[in-house]
Amino acid sequence: MLLEVLQLVIYGLVLGSVIALGAIGVSLTFGILGFANFSHGDLMTFGAYCAFLFYSQLALPFWLAFPLALLATALLAIVFDQLIYRRLRSKDSVILLISSFGIALILRALIQIIWGPDNQVYASGIQMPYRFFDGSLRLKPDQLIILATTIVLMVALHLFLQKSKTGKAMRATADNPELARLTGINTEQVIIWTWVLGGSLAAAAGIFLGLDTRLHSGMGWFLLLPIFAAAILGGIGHPYGAIVGGLIIGVVQEVSTLFIEPNYKPAIAFSVMVAMLIFKPTGLFGQKKT
Amino acid sequence: MELSGLLSYAIYFGTMISIYGLLTLALNVQWGYTGTLNIGVAAFFAVGAYSSAIITGPQAGGYLGGFGLPLFAGFLVAALVCAILALGVGLLTLNLRTDYLAIATIGIAEIIRLVLKNEAWLTNGVRGMGDIPRPFKGWAEGADDLLFFIFAAALLLATYLFCEKIYNSPWGRTQRAIRENETAARAMGKDVLSFRLQAFVIGSAIMGLSGALYAHFTGFISPEAFDPLFATFLVWVMLIAGGSGNNRGAVLGAAVIWAIWSGSEIIISRLPETMITQAGSFRLLLVGILLEVILLTRPEGILPERLDMGGK
Repeated sequence: MLLEVLQLVIYGLVLGSVIALGAIGVSLTFGILGFANFSHGDLMTFGAYCAFLFYSQLALPFWLAFPLALLATALLAIVFDQLIYRRLRSKDSVILLISSFGIALILRALIQIIWGPDNQVYASGIQMPYRFFDGSLRLKPDQLIILATTIVLMVALHLFLQKSKTGKAMRATADNPELARLTGINTEQVIIWTWVLGGSLAAAAGIFLGLDTRLHSGMGWFLLLPIFAAAILGGIGHPYGAIVGGLIIGVVQEVSTLFIEPNYKPAIAFSVMVAMLIFKPTGLFGQKKT
Repeated sequence: MELSGLLSYAIYFGTMISIYGLLTLALNVQWGYTGTLNIGVAAFFAVGAYSSAIITGPQAGGYLGGFGLPLFAGFLVAALVCAILALGVGLLTLNLRTDYLAIATIGIAEIIRLVLKNEAWLTNGVRGMGDIPRPFKGWAEGADDLLFFIFAAALLLATYLFCEKIYNSPWGRTQRAIRENETAARAMGKDVLSFRLQAFVIGSAIMGLSGALYAHFTGFISPEAFDPLFATFLVWVMLIAGGSGNNRGAVLGAAVIWAIWSGSEIIISRLPETMITQAGSFRLLLVGILLEVILLTRPEGILPERLDMGGK
């Protein structure tokens, strides 16, 4: 029983890594641009398929395909921003939300048109999992890669946010956009960097999700709800909160399968989110804005 | 033959516009009047359809049914169930900020989709429910489709008149006040949450009616029919294109966007063989681009809301 729970916790941490990487982007765009980006899930899907293109179709080595996919997704996010969101910035944030919705549709349609509606995998064949405790605890090599790379990415994010000038400006803007502008921070530049960060981390999340399961055009969209839940749990605009929130949601979702039907897993993330919104809408790490 | 084919297509077209018109009117009550952002339209549409199907349908093995109640009871129950659901959801979420509310409604829609898919004893799961009674069957030889269309159009007209009436009432003015400036409305002593809740419940009940209409029109429903693409996104595009806040715009948007949507089917059916499997994706792309173009060029819609700024 204990090992069973431990196994689910490990699976939860793998899923939680994916959710956390997605949630950082959602949290930053929400905090800095002020709207809930409904196309973030499809940005993840796009990243996953880019890696599929570079790795599985063009047969580039994975260490090269991975950063290329991150770069391509970040660029796409900037293109959408300059083409559409920038023109709507003066409007109500709800208009931006609805337009991000349209972009989600466009992205998914493009992915279906380019790569077809069928499921894909990066590499076929079955991986032998590492076994511990006479096989009652398993971990696939891919899952180990996911956990390790996530840690590397998060350390890199931490250094960027703490040490670089842009990172500091970004945290300041996420905390209070108006105050940041008044202190002379170039908010348009911060916005570009937000998309670079959000887009590339979304791509990493998508790739990991594809590595752990399969690629299909709705993969990111279906994860959007737990991602929002994680971002809200951690407090909007707080990237570190989003990481913790993501890991919590991932673990809670997996462990919940002990008690409820696995089909209802997504409902758990949602329940956690609603409870959070009702009792502490600023999130675990957010302070009340005055 | 040609003419009767065209006529039966026109009747089908008109009925679909009536179904979508009801949805856009309902969404307009929530979004256009009050500014309540509901991205779970599909959920209420589906709950309405399933409620009426269960209430009026025949006994079939394996899932709830066999009450065999008349049509109007089906519509009544559909609206009622949606209203109760909306009341519960609203009490839980309407206090939230608009963007949080949007996320919450998506979550509710997702849970309802899971229930429809997994609770086979209630809904027959993914196999769906068939044999939903089609009204007006056998009333007049070969004209039952026409009769159904007349019924659907009458329902749409009645709902439109109702929505217009509440829009122009003091109640409607309060809703707009809340939309424009919630703090000011509160300062005027208005119970913002209660007004929001009322609009949310009314809109959801209308969505339930639309669902019932759809169920009795097609005679068969399954979770796939309530894909968010058709039941949520398309409705949003319709309302924004038509002009949110304006009931006539809402119905016009439904007609125009449905015409474009069906038109795209004709164009896509002429695509080369190899691309036919992607037809759905091209339509998805079209809706997305259409939404962006409208937002960028004419965010107030074809028929913008005419705000009566006091004094005649």
